[in-house]
Amino acid sequence: MTTLTAKDKQTVKAFWAKVSGKSEDIGADAVARMLVVYPQTKIYFSHWPDQSPNSPAARKHGITVMMGVGDAVTKIDDLKEGLKELSQLHAFTLRVDPGNFKILSHNILVVMAVMFPTDFTPEVHVSLDKFLAAVSLALAEKYR
Amino acid sequence: MPENSVSADLQTGSDKMVEWTDFERDTIKDIFSRIEYDVVGPAALARCLVVYPWTQRYFGGFGNLYNAAAIKGNPMVSKHGTTIMHGLDRAVKNLDDIENTYTELSVLHSEKLHVDPDNFKLLADCVTIVVAAQLGKEFTGEVQAAFQKFLAVVVSSLGRQYH
Repeated sequence: MTTLTAKDKQTVKAFWAKVSGKSEDIGADAVARMLVVYPQTKIYFSHWPDQSPNSPAARKHGITVMMGVGDAVTKIDDLKEGLKELSQLHAFTLRVDPGNFKILSHNILVVMAVMFPTDFTPEVHVSLDKFLAAVSLALAEKYR
Repeated sequence: MPENSVSADLQTGSDKMVEWTDFERDTIKDIFSRIEYDVVGPAALARCLVVYPWTQRYFGGFGNLYNAAAIKGNPMVSKHGTTIMHGLDRAVKNLDDIENTYTELSVLHSEKLHVDPDNFKLLADCVTIVVAAQLGKEFTGEVQAAFQKFLAVVVSSLGRQYH
């Protein structure tokens, strides 16, 4: 399920080229939605003074996450190797339950539909879904 | 089970009613009054068949599902997509008793259609994506939460009669 075909990679890169200019807004909206729709995810942010979805901390976090996604696009040919350090961070420092990667991925897809309804076709959707699943798997690589 | 399918799992015991806030009721009814069933339904089902191609197993009699273009242009897919939306409409009209409203549909999907109930979540995710695309910025996080809760109840009710 996480083997990206040449077509998947091409589709992801082309779509990312179109949308990366809005990467900060995408990330901020995805994180905000995650906090509202899946309130259990707030436990990872109990150190924020303001845990509301549109707080500066939440926006900043969304930006950080999307920078990571953008970086992953450039490393699409070897995500396991390319995301090695991020995996170590998530495994040993952040210890985010990998189930949450699916949740954030889902919200990224929802934001793509909201912001790019014509470009986010079913063909783009399937390749992006596979890509985010592959990124999630690479992030969980060092967990155990 | 694909990694990114996350329509929330709801455990509703038969003696536990789902409680809806006024915001949730109003939001769900508002969404369904605004979307075109014969646009959203076909788009959601087509998307499901493209994004989760194993779901095509249930549509062997639908003819050409060979690629995304064929799926999108397939009249049987469109017709069935619209049918599904009307099925959801029944739940919208019976928000306080979705479980009983769907008893026969649940039996149908289990006994006759033999649909893996995990697949209901996949279709629900595609309905969410299509509605999000239709409503754009109006599909806020709060609206998304209400809509996904509704779909989770539908999914749970459809799986209820399986054994």
